[in-house]
Amino acid sequence: MSASTTAKAPAQERANTARSLRSQKWNDRITRLGALALVILFSIVILLPVAWMLSTALKTRLEVVKYPPIWIPAELQWSNFPKALTFLPFATYFRNTAFITATVMVADVLMNSIYGYAFARLRAPGKEILFYVVLATMMVPYQVIMVPQYVLFHNLGWVDTFKPLIIPAWFGSAFLIFLLRQFYRGIPPELDDAARIDGCGYISTWWRIMVPLSKPALAAAAIFSFTYNWNDFTAPLVYLNSPDKLTAAVGLAAFRHRYGATPWELLMAASLVAVLPCILLFFFAQRYFIQGIVVTGVKG
Amino acid sequence: MTEIAPKQSGFKLTASRREALAFYAMISPWIFGFIVFLGGPLLASIYYSLTDYDVVHTTNFVGLENFITMFTGDKLFWQALKVTFTYAVMAVPLGIIFAMFLALLLNQKIPGLALFRTIFYLPSVIAGVAVSLLWLWLFNPTLGLINTVLRSIGIQGPMWLLNERTVIPSYVLMSLWGVGASVVIYLAALQSVPTELYEAASLDGAGPARRFRNITLPMISPVILFTFITGMIGALQIFTQAYVMSDRGRGGPHYASLFYGLYLYQNAFRYFKLGYASALAWFLFIVIMLLTLLTFKLSSDRVFYQSGGRG
Repeated sequence: MSASTTAKAPAQERANTARSLRSQKWNDRITRLGALALVILFSIVILLPVAWMLSTALKTRLEVVKYPPIWIPAELQWSNFPKALTFLPFATYFRNTAFITATVMVADVLMNSIYGYAFARLRAPGKEILFYVVLATMMVPYQVIMVPQYVLFHNLGWVDTFKPLIIPAWFGSAFLIFLLRQFYRGIPPELDDAARIDGCGYISTWWRIMVPLSKPALAAAAIFSFTYNWNDFTAPLVYLNSPDKLTAAVGLAAFRHRYGATPWELLMAASLVAVLPCILLFFFAQRYFIQGIVVTGVKG
Repeated sequence: MTEIAPKQSGFKLTASRREALAFYAMISPWIFGFIVFLGGPLLASIYYSLTDYDVVHTTNFVGLENFITMFTGDKLFWQALKVTFTYAVMAVPLGIIFAMFLALLLNQKIPGLALFRTIFYLPSVIAGVAVSLLWLWLFNPTLGLINTVLRSIGIQGPMWLLNERTVIPSYVLMSLWGVGASVVIYLAALQSVPTELYEAASLDGAGPARRFRNITLPMISPVILFTFITGMIGALQIFTQAYVMSDRGRGGPHYASLFYGLYLYQNAFRYFKLGYASALAWFLFIVIMLLTLLTFKLSSDRVFYQSGGRG
């Protein structure tokens, strides 16, 4: 008898602990469910504008101004796309944009990889100071150097050519130098030390060891370079004037200012075509996007 | 001593000197570009800011006249400052809070994390003119999606971009749509906080609110500082949105969306007052430097670096 009563107390305690653990588990589950519901809600809110863009791009002009608005047009107006793209010479604009973006991307990946490697691995007096200069240039807004750079390129006769948009890229981008340097610092130094001991020079160590090992970071750099230049507006607006030299972004802005904002279905169709490459790139290479952001944002 | 010195400084390269030489050889294009495309123009623009340079006429040295005009005779300069700072003061903190909120939600071990992260980040990859056009359409008072949704729940929506009072909040709202990059950064930072800290705090009886304030916030404070500074610099140079969304890119209605970047652009490339625009640019640069320094100073005892010295 006495044995069973003494055994009762710990059993009670165990039951209590089990109950509190269970309620803890329930609490966790409710928190997670609430979080999930909110996340789904915000996802819908974030996606709605894009869906609205697509919906508008496929409507007739009458459906666009119809009240109350409809989400799915009676007949999908795919012809809005060719119509929008021939309204202004968008084919030329896209070709120009693709050319500038691709050229800059090659320069960005190649050159900043060399700069990033030098800053990550080589020892030299004054390197720290120079690296702080690199970081400081990230803080300089484009608008501050826009005017003096314009004067420089004007004097060089580069205005209304692609040169002001392409050539500076070869001399490095602070953000990409930083991104790649952070990545190279995470590669075990034994690997390139071994190559150096085998008699490789610095350039061939970079090319044969660092480049193959840093493909994800180089992909991230390429993607950032692509989206930045594809979407860039200010510099092309400042430097390009001739109608046959404009980029897609400048062409879109001209479209809006020339026709007001009435042909919404055409504006949205042209906008969709303009954002499509970035969206596709993002879906196929998003882990590089995420990785790049995390490397520069968290480990900074 | 004196006999050894010349030998060392002779032609024989030590390994460390060769390494230093290689370093400077590899980054020499960057140094060249820094001087020619950034440092040089930046210094040259100090000179331009003291002239009436306009590409066409002969340039005259005017001393501090541009700056005096800016501060005493140019109402639009003050308007542009007001617009830009009103926007930054709203958009930057709200952006941080909203991004943090979304990151905390994503960090609750919910299923489908990768999918939701993708959705949240999506607006960040399509920045620029197309997105400005999209929001121009969303904000349309009669036909736009936002007022349509509001009307369906019985609210008469505002005029958004067409009203002086609501135009800046409209830009803020639009900026919140693009906080995805910050969400990704915060989420990574949250995931890097050691779980032992939370377990220890729970055992000591700390609830979720206290755990957030005393563990999460200090641990991710460097990341918050980073997003605050980059967000502030970004907010002070808003240009594309205002150029595309305001009528004829003039910053209307009645200069209520005349952002500093837009005003600078107009002076430089619409009126070709490049001297005056240089003065405007330098003022913006100084403001940004001072704000950045101030942020570092004010935050130095509030930001916690886990590894000590490295900032």
